[in-house]
Amino acid sequence: MGGPVEHKVIVGLEIHVQLCTRSKMFCGCAVEFGAEPNSRVCPVCLGMPGVLPVMNRQAFEYAVLAALALNCEIARFTKWDRKGYYYPDLPKNYQISQYDMPLSANGFIEIPVGGGGTKRIRIIRAHLEEDAGKNVHSTGGFSQVDLNRTGTPLLEIVTEPDINSGAEAKALAVELQRIVRYLGVSEGDMQKGHMRFEPNINLIVTRDGTEYRTPIVEIKNLNSFRALERGIDYEEQRQLDEFLETGQVMESGNKTTRGWDDERQMTVLQREKEEAHDYRYFPEPDLVPVELAEGRLNEIASRLCELPISRQVRYVKEFGLSEYDAGVLTGERATAEFFDRAVESGGEAKRVCNLLTQTGLKIANERGCGIGDLGFSPKGVAELAAMVEAGDVSATASAQILEAMVETGKEPRVLAEELSLLQKSDAGELEAVVEQVLAENRQAVEDVTAGGKKSKKAMGFLLGQVMQKTRGQANPKVVSQILAAKLGGG
Amino acid sequence: MDKKIDQEQVRKVARLSRLELTEAEVEEFTGQLGAILEYVEKMNELNTDGVEPLAHCLAVSNVFREDIVEESLGTERALANAPQQDGEFFRVPKILDGGSGA
Repeated sequence: MGGPVEHKVIVGLEIHVQLCTRSKMFCGCAVEFGAEPNSRVCPVCLGMPGVLPVMNRQAFEYAVLAALALNCEIARFTKWDRKGYYYPDLPKNYQISQYDMPLSANGFIEIPVGGGGTKRIRIIRAHLEEDAGKNVHSTGGFSQVDLNRTGTPLLEIVTEPDINSGAEAKALAVELQRIVRYLGVSEGDMQKGHMRFEPNINLIVTRDGTEYRTPIVEIKNLNSFRALERGIDYEEQRQLDEFLETGQVMESGNKTTRGWDDERQMTVLQREKEEAHDYRYFPEPDLVPVELAEGRLNEIASRLCELPISRQVRYVKEFGLSEYDAGVLTGERATAEFFDRAVESGGEAKRVCNLLTQTGLKIANERGCGIGDLGFSPKGVAELAAMVEAGDVSATASAQILEAMVETGKEPRVLAEELSLLQKSDAGELEAVVEQVLAENRQAVEDVTAGGKKSKKAMGFLLGQVMQKTRGQANPKVVSQILAAKLGGG
Repeated sequence: MDKKIDQEQVRKVARLSRLELTEAEVEEFTGQLGAILEYVEKMNELNTDGVEPLAHCLAVSNVFREDIVEESLGTERALANAPQQDGEFFRVPKILDGGSGA
């Protein structure tokens, strides 16, 4: 005992992602959140005898597409298995899942870590399965069961224990959400339980040169990013305290399951029946295997797009955008694609970024729609960015013009004229105004030419006079240049 | 020849399947299941070198349906056969642990 103690937390994640098909995995019942209880069920998902499940093609293709984006090897031959399951929310008494021949394996996901870097988390496998229904715990001596969710397609993703903090787990979850939304395979709506996380957590504790591994804890069914992060952080501390107190280390069979108590912000031991993990898998005789032909696989792969993390890195490297701005722009695929198109149309990247992040997204959020639904085109934004770049309008005015573009659908140059927001940058025209101002303000001119303390202030005064005479429409940069040329210095 | 299955295994399988068996049934099923397993054991006499494991007994693959919503039963018909229900939900004995394992 004694001696300094170091520790490292080791986390592997099991993640369930609900795929956004219209109908269920093996029957035609609608996948619909919030429908009247037990209204979206049929003999197949109710587990009645003599029925035959049939695979939803869309669900299979969504799963393959997501697996490709997670850099997995796609199995050309995959099959279904039954997993023993004895809860009333899945009335067949088994869950249709994939056991020894999952549709994909051996992938990885890149997650952002501090300082613009990324970390690679390996993925063991990703397979398809059906969801269970919902148990509602009422106050009486019984539970209520709603089977509307039963049979909803889920992609189960299992990572290697490559995650080393609650923050990293959260980063992975956020990144996965971006990916599935980019691909359009899941809405990734946390409120609706579209993504659920089950971290397996333990510690490597080093004391006096010896490594000890603490018993593994699985936290069940976390459905928010915050709970995932806090649950892991909590376990890290709890396991360290427990180890220091009891010295207990990992052995086969001493893995425990805990639940997250959001109110008390702590994990709580869950009692499980000893046989809870006796799944007794066997091949599902009601479903035939899937053979994925080369052509079909290529066709699915053609639906891949540039993924958010690589886009984000590209925006920083190629356009010099900040991490933050690049993250905002790549948050949604529609925003990133809009940005890309505006830049392709000749818009200077930083100006386009400012217009979109500072004004466009604000309006889109207020209206609860996407940036592409606001009525302005990428080309229009590119043109507006070019006008700012050329000094035809100020940055402040450009925000006003973008807002007007949403209201009226008109072109930026037309609006700049209508709203009298065009800056005068024509040196000849402005020179006449400058001459007039200089003639009217001899004292200020003397102060400037005298130099010293007053010079700067007087220069500002003259600039203000010019702006006033042009009713704010002069390009201050051009006016400053003219003033400097006429008065020397500046 | 060793017994293929003993009474303890039968009890365990029954427990996992939520089946309540009488002692007489345990004895009866132990015999029956043992006979079935012995019969299946005959297949081990075959030489299966170079034979690919079979994933499914039909030589069929890729049976899909398109992602089209079809009409469901509706709550009333869905609950019609339930031993206990309240017009909206199936009622079951109180679930004490985590509740769902999927």
